[in-house]
Amino acid sequence: MKKKILPRLSSLLCLSSAFLLAGCDWALLDPKGTVGVQEKSLILTSTYAMLLVVIPVIVLTLLFAWQYRQSNTSAEYLPKWSHSNKIEVVIWVVPSLIILFLAVLTYQTCHSLDPYRPLEEEANVKPIHVEVVALDWKWLFIYPDEGIATVNQVAFPVNTPVDFRITSDAVMNSFFIPQLGSQIYAMAGMQTQLHLVANTAGNYLGESANFSGRGFSDMRFRALALSNDDYAAWIQKVKAASEQLDNSNYPKLAAPSEANPVEYFSHAEPGLFDQIVAKYNNGMVMDKSTGKMLHVQSAMSDMNMKE
Amino acid sequence: MLGKLSWSDIPIDVPILVGTFAGAAIAGLAVLGLITYYGKWGYLWKEWLTSVDHKRLGVMYIVLALVALFRGFADAIMMRSQLALAYAGNPGYLPPHHYDQIFSAHGTIMIFFMAMAFMTGLMNVIVPLQIGARDVAFPFLNSLSFWMTTISFVLINVSLFIGEFSQCGWLAYPPLSEQQFSPGVGVDYYIWAVQLSGVGTLLTGVNFFTTIVKMRAPGMTFMKMPVFTWTIFCTSVLIMLSFPILTVALGLLGLDRYLGMHFFTNDGGGNQMLYLSVIWGWGHPEVYILVLPAFGAFSEITQTFSRKPLFGYNTMVYATCSIMVLSMVVWLHHFFTMGAGANVNTFFGIMTMIIAIPTGVKIFNWLFTMYKGRVEFHATMYWVIGFMITFTIGGMTGVMLAIPAADFVLHNSLFVIAHFHNVIIGGVYFGYVAAMNFWFPKAFGFKLNEAWGKRAFWLWFVGFYFAFMPLYVLGFEGMTRRMNHYDNPEWYPWLLVAEAGAVMIALGIVCQLTQLYVSIRDRNLAENRDLTGDPWNARTLEWSTSSPPPFYNFAVVPVVHDLDAFAHDKEAGIDTRAAGSNYQPIHMPKNTAAGFFIGMFSLILGFAAVWWIWWLAAVGLIGVIATVIARSSNNDVDYYVPASEVARIENEHTRNLLAAQAAE
Repeated sequence: MKKKILPRLSSLLCLSSAFLLAGCDWALLDPKGTVGVQEKSLILTSTYAMLLVVIPVIVLTLLFAWQYRQSNTSAEYLPKWSHSNKIEVVIWVVPSLIILFLAVLTYQTCHSLDPYRPLEEEANVKPIHVEVVALDWKWLFIYPDEGIATVNQVAFPVNTPVDFRITSDAVMNSFFIPQLGSQIYAMAGMQTQLHLVANTAGNYLGESANFSGRGFSDMRFRALALSNDDYAAWIQKVKAASEQLDNSNYPKLAAPSEANPVEYFSHAEPGLFDQIVAKYNNGMVMDKSTGKMLHVQSAMSDMNMKE
Repeated sequence: MLGKLSWSDIPIDVPILVGTFAGAAIAGLAVLGLITYYGKWGYLWKEWLTSVDHKRLGVMYIVLALVALFRGFADAIMMRSQLALAYAGNPGYLPPHHYDQIFSAHGTIMIFFMAMAFMTGLMNVIVPLQIGARDVAFPFLNSLSFWMTTISFVLINVSLFIGEFSQCGWLAYPPLSEQQFSPGVGVDYYIWAVQLSGVGTLLTGVNFFTTIVKMRAPGMTFMKMPVFTWTIFCTSVLIMLSFPILTVALGLLGLDRYLGMHFFTNDGGGNQMLYLSVIWGWGHPEVYILVLPAFGAFSEITQTFSRKPLFGYNTMVYATCSIMVLSMVVWLHHFFTMGAGANVNTFFGIMTMIIAIPTGVKIFNWLFTMYKGRVEFHATMYWVIGFMITFTIGGMTGVMLAIPAADFVLHNSLFVIAHFHNVIIGGVYFGYVAAMNFWFPKAFGFKLNEAWGKRAFWLWFVGFYFAFMPLYVLGFEGMTRRMNHYDNPEWYPWLLVAEAGAVMIALGIVCQLTQLYVSIRDRNLAENRDLTGDPWNARTLEWSTSSPPPFYNFAVVPVVHDLDAFAHDKEAGIDTRAAGSNYQPIHMPKNTAAGFFIGMFSLILGFAAVWWIWWLAAVGLIGVIATVIARSSNNDVDYYVPASEVARIENEHTRNLLAAQAAE
């Protein structure tokens, strides 16, 4: 028993330490933005705290099983012993202390990493606004300040906070750029919010983390974190595109399609995002800054409404 | 006439399904042929299919669970093979339409028909024996529960060959599962199968709750109840609290799909977030419904094979009860990423990690049960020790997921898949297999082969680590669940390792089947026979009667003086069986086919409703109601076993006991 289990245990421990130390090129352990960096450190801290009890449990399991094996008649045998207040106190208190530590950590990080909370960087740098619409099976990105839109590619300047407003015009998806940090659901008729920032320029994988049907596996996009100059050039490139997105051709874009290529729209209908949200809410949309419901004028509002 | 059903719904263009159908048809015909050849139809019908004996129903539940394991695992290895192939432009061999059905069916079958059926089977075989009862409180309902579960599993398998199964995952999140996005019959198969089996499960919960509260042997107070019975008690409470929630959730989804209502649709004021909240209100307690009985089994096995009583019985009971309560207030941790506020997420995160405390205490209790004991490395103990190592890791990753800010990056990734297989295989499945090895001689009178049991353990144990540790890594690499193909070169090698693990687990299952075959073949060898009824020198009442027990379980209802009643009696020299005493006639329930017929009519109802064949659905519904009325107006449902018959059976067992003692 021991001979077989011990090497397996040591290889397991190697694997888990490889996990935490050597696995630097794994997306979540190689974050490129402050949100992801804090989440990585949270994962590592909580893991180390739990290993304080997990490793002793595993070692004691093997140790006790071996030490008190039937054939080891020299070991002490107490056939009636089944209670000890001292041990009971220890086995309740030690896990409780670890959980207490993790609970404090949870409270702090729930607030500091709340996806709805603007990043601290926003005090110094004006954020970029991007509106995200999950469609069957592609991502539509609208830049309300620039009046442009893209499909399956989103770009933003490095070290600049990005404020995402997210909804869906199909089924539920989850908007996720693993190397930048948090994800959040995209749901029809709802607006969710996400604040991310990239601190290193790069071309990152973005995906849907919530299964959405047939074309789900190809519902990917690239997130480009660019220098300010490159970002300006990218905006110009999109603005030079021949396609435009308005109420008349939006339904064609929204129709199901799989493995959709990147598309650029030099012009996006103003208020398109609000119209998409409002069409599931009797033409109303909530202004998130004031909490008031506003009526949205839209050619779309009775398009999808079954009354 | 046939509703939505037409010839084009038979998938003759999918070679995998045609092959499966041919295989299933040949195997089915072979089984039917063998039964006919040996003239066993009458025996099967009278002694098994219409039986209300909890032990026989328990055995049939476990047979159902093993068949479901086979189906569910076939799905699993197909998924792993798809992902080992579908890399860098290769579409693999399963197109999304087929692949999405497979992962939906895998989850549904493994939870509802493998794990639930296995658990229900174990509690059926053991609980009445363990509390000194002669049957459950409602024997007919028990039979009905079994048939509702069985026909639901049949309905799911019908979807393989007629139409399609759900492509929306095992919990069928709307709006994807609404008519607008899933117009086929797949989701309807899912709804009807789960709803019908839910009827069976809910009745089981009521039945065992009543049995444990009302039918314990005299002297067995709550704090003298064996730990396994305690866990079944808590599981029954959770079933009664949570399964109605599931019924409502799927009922509302069904109203959306059948009557065009708007509970969870995108439009018309529907709200998909409500469904998530309701379905997980059932879904989280469900995992504790599954794992608590496994904890109970580990407790019984550890104390028996450590040759000393369980360490900290009171603590174990309090821990079990606190898990029962806490499990009802953590459901939101399944959707931290839905945009709830920081305070809401904090509450559910902390409630979730608090469950780790009583769970951790349990692990320590098992540890200190081995401490200063005499641990026998029986095959059953291998599963226990394998569980303690594996489950501890799964618990740790569970707490990581319970921290909302960590969940924001881990949610819906393969990390989650690795975590819940870590606790469901390492906790639930290892526990059920250990329990099956432990209690098998009680149910059948002979032991399971140990060598094959150990081989099965090693393959499952090592196979588990190969199959699921890579999934933790893939989660860290950003791979989400339910992907059909991918082009990331970093993921590919890990998915190959996981495929190798799945193959090892397949060999583990082969070893388990071989173990069954070898054990049945060698059942009459002296070292395998259990003549005493107490092959492991165990501590609880089920071991005081013969193996297999007589249909009335106990000729004389035992009187309980202490925790671990049988151990106490053995030490005090009390003959728990009261052999040779003046036996009284025993009141027993009669077998009935009503459960079988209600099940069959429900199957007709479910199938017809899936395909909108309303006249046939009416036939099914009327059949169910008519059978219920007929059964309710039948007063000839019980009888007395004469004292002379009890004496004959008991004397025969006494002779066997004496012969066994003489042989030693």
